[in-house]
Amino acid sequence: MKTIIFKTASTYLLPLLVLFSIFILLRGHYLPGGGFVGGLIASIAFVIHSFANGIDQTKSIIKFHPGFLMPIGLAIALVSGAAPLLIGESFMTGLWFEEPLSVIGMVGSALFFDTGVYLVVIGVTLTIIFTISETI
Amino acid sequence: MIIAILSGFIVASMVPILSKLIKGKGSILLPFLPLGLFAYFISFIPKVSNGIAVDRFYSWVPSFGIDLSFRLDGLSMLFALLITGIGTLVFFYTFSYLKGHPYLDRFYGYLSMFMASMLGLVLSDNIITLFIFWELTSISSFFLIGFNNDDPNSRKSALLALSITGLGGLFLLAGVLLLGTSGGTYSIQDLLSQSEALKSSANYNWIIFLLFIAAFTKSAQFPFHFWLPGAMKAPTPVSTYLHSATMVKAGIYLLARFTPVLGGTPEWNNTLIIVGAVTMTYAAIHALFRLDMKGILAYSTISALGILVFLIGLGTEQALLAAGVFILVHALYKATLFLVTGIVDHETGTRDVSVLSGLRKVMMPVAIAAFLAALSNAGAPPFFGFIGKDLIYEATLYLGDWAYVLTGAAIVTNVCLLFAGLLAGYKPFVGALPTQFEKVHLPHPTMWAPPLILAGLGLLFGLIPSLIEKSIIQPVFTSLVNNETVIHIKLWHGFNIVLGLSLLTLTLGAMLYWKLKPSENLMSKTLRFEVISPKSLVEKFRSLFIGLAQFWTGFFQNGYLRNYVITILGFLTLLLGYRLYQGVNLYIDFASLTDLTIYEVIVVIIMAVSIIFTVFSKSRLVAVASLGVIGYAICLIFLFYSAPDLAMTQFSIDTLTVILFVLVIYNLPKYKTFSSIGVRIRDGVLSIFFGTLIAILTLEVLSEPLNRETSIFYAESAYLLAKGKNVVNVILVDFRGFDTMVEITVLVIAAIGVFSLLKLRLKSIEKE
Amino acid sequence: MELLLVMLIGLLYASGIYMMLRRSMVKLIIGLILLGNGANMLIFLLGRIVKGKPPIIDSASKMLTEIYADPVPQALILTAIVISFGLQSFAIILVKRAYKITATDDLDELNTTDEIYE
Repeated sequence: MKTIIFKTASTYLLPLLVLFSIFILLRGHYLPGGGFVGGLIASIAFVIHSFANGIDQTKSIIKFHPGFLMPIGLAIALVSGAAPLLIGESFMTGLWFEEPLSVIGMVGSALFFDTGVYLVVIGVTLTIIFTISETI
Repeated sequence: MIIAILSGFIVASMVPILSKLIKGKGSILLPFLPLGLFAYFISFIPKVSNGIAVDRFYSWVPSFGIDLSFRLDGLSMLFALLITGIGTLVFFYTFSYLKGHPYLDRFYGYLSMFMASMLGLVLSDNIITLFIFWELTSISSFFLIGFNNDDPNSRKSALLALSITGLGGLFLLAGVLLLGTSGGTYSIQDLLSQSEALKSSANYNWIIFLLFIAAFTKSAQFPFHFWLPGAMKAPTPVSTYLHSATMVKAGIYLLARFTPVLGGTPEWNNTLIIVGAVTMTYAAIHALFRLDMKGILAYSTISALGILVFLIGLGTEQALLAAGVFILVHALYKATLFLVTGIVDHETGTRDVSVLSGLRKVMMPVAIAAFLAALSNAGAPPFFGFIGKDLIYEATLYLGDWAYVLTGAAIVTNVCLLFAGLLAGYKPFVGALPTQFEKVHLPHPTMWAPPLILAGLGLLFGLIPSLIEKSIIQPVFTSLVNNETVIHIKLWHGFNIVLGLSLLTLTLGAMLYWKLKPSENLMSKTLRFEVISPKSLVEKFRSLFIGLAQFWTGFFQNGYLRNYVITILGFLTLLLGYRLYQGVNLYIDFASLTDLTIYEVIVVIIMAVSIIFTVFSKSRLVAVASLGVIGYAICLIFLFYSAPDLAMTQFSIDTLTVILFVLVIYNLPKYKTFSSIGVRIRDGVLSIFFGTLIAILTLEVLSEPLNRETSIFYAESAYLLAKGKNVVNVILVDFRGFDTMVEITVLVIAAIGVFSLLKLRLKSIEKE
Repeated sequence: MELLLVMLIGLLYASGIYMMLRRSMVKLIIGLILLGNGANMLIFLLGRIVKGKPPIIDSASKMLTEIYADPVPQALILTAIVISFGLQSFAIILVKRAYKITATDDLDELNTTDEIYE
């Protein structure tokens, strides 16, 4: 699979796909998309890159073990759910900033929650795939 | 009072921490726990003997009417004093008996736990807590019987005792629940006032049946008696404490406690009289043929318990008084004899009465204690046992029609018991001292003092009955009969028929002892009847039961996954198929169906073909590829029918699944055909049936109108409440955010599972 | 179209069960996946299918009013798809490990693994 074309393409594909996945994540509240799909697309981006350049290359780009994304994502999701507790609302009440941002639209706790999901999905998928391809 | 009761549990729970101390010098401190409790309960005597019960109430689960309410009245007082008093002596005795035993700490822990449970049992005023403490005594008894846990016999006996008493416990639970609901209260005090209503209640027979089973199992009544001889596998302090003086009396306590509430009806009296009479004669005769001192004492204990049940069954004031006195009499002499047995066993290494003799020459204090106990057991004047026996005869004599039969049974029992007492308390100590026992020496005073004290009390109470008449026996009697009658117990009643019967018993017993010499030969004769004894019947039933369970488990839980699947699906198919056969309302509204376009038909055809490929392909790669195609086809279907989110997710997941399979496929086993054609056809038929069934069900559901309330709510409030326009996403991250939270946690767990399966080192067994 | 989908669901269920009844571990997993797909389709169909009306509120309005695809089964299926990926990967790895240790693919030979070695 390690052809020059594929290798070169994947180098450009990776940032593009990751960017695309973030786009999908952010628009999820209004149009098809969201944390699950975004996370999966990002993982596919890294998997393609690792197919073309080898796991070690991909890992050196990420710099840390993808498994660490799992607790981080879980923590973000939990904090975004627990944040309303601070102002006396019940767990997972939606909170929103007053003014919408230009591209994303309204920013609220749900978006942070979705980001948590996004990170967990990337963490889980990459951990599984990397572990398997390393040990086989 | 609650601290007094729970102190045993507290000590028991501290045992693991203090084990070093207990095994060392600290063990001498432990007996002071029961001693302190004994003193504590003694301090209530003035109050209780004046007829004032001491109540303590702690709310526990008020919504169920379960409270920690304790009540110390005459009956409870007698038991509490026995438990703590004999407990003190047994704790001291254990100090020497098990000195240096590696599990001494554990033993004391169990013993304290038992003592606390027993105290709780006799002091509970709430029948639910009574049940809880009842079960706790069974459990601690299990641990104590199985204390020598490296001996299979010991384990077996412990298990037998637990299953019998545990069975009784279940009956007790049912009994108290029924009693509580019939009486409208769980408090024994309050039930007392409901007595008449309960006796005429429709549940009355059930209640007493359940309570009887509980009491009979615990107090080793025929036909549940056989666990008690087995329980003698326990160390002697345990046999003394649990299986003669206290725990086995729990059943008696239960019957006595409920006599004022439920007693006095023909059902109650006759059942108890019959069971008690059968038990006392059966066990007493059995005791004649034993050689093991503990075996003799075990059967004589069963017999004594039978006497108690019998007396409670008679139910007259005389009989209840006799029961109250006999509880104390029996506890005193039987505990003594057991402790003596323990000393003999400890010092000589045998308990066989046909071998033992002449021991008085080497252990005089022990011999004195044994003689005194044997005489008290024999009912010889001026011992306390004489008073007890007198009262029993007095109770049986004035019964009218049945007086002769019942008195006769009592005489037979007493003669046999007398013989048993002599065998255990007299025979080993008289005659010539065999040479092998010449080296035997007297043990530490903490061992021989307890039996001597108990035996001494047996003599003392006989000589001066007024010591306990007002303080202990009168309150017991009052709580048993629930009226104001004043009693008198005295040693000498003058020359009358009762005295004649007592003398007759003594003479017959002495003659029997003269004539009947215990021997192997005699014992083996009784073994012939062992085949039809309740014990062997229960054991046969037990092995049958285990066999059945094994067959059942082996048949259904055979470890073959597909058998489970086949069983479940086959049953489900039959059930659903039958339901559909009964009447199915298949109705397809063709007008409501969505239109077909050529693209959709093509997608469906592609999918069907890939499914066929997946199933029948001989190559793993083809199967996986077809699986991928199925996924993408589903993705298209999602896209056609307005589910863009699903389509995107399905697409990415499908891609990743295929990648995953491709990564591992060459490390997975090659396809092999294991099953025969027949099996495959059978599976195929079952699958097709099941698939068809699902299809029909789907059609049926489709023809039902759909309730869209939930989706309408989400559709309407997605933007207004959650400021999102993609309703699916809003549901996921907002309305049902908590579910999603849990879901990603599950994903993380799966990832960790994969990681640990692959990265963790293979264990040694796997490396081979 | 519903009728076709119903048949498809029946086919997916039947094939999934058939594969699960095989003795090969790999077939077991494939059966599991087929069954999962069948279940997803079933839920999807029971929510009724609608063409070209995704449950997305268009930018002008504030709520969905006309006929739209039911969002609830879609949300259910979305989570089911993702979860089943976790399940499948775990199952695949489990089979691989089991194969490595027992060197057999025959499920019938695995029913003795929990017996105590003596």
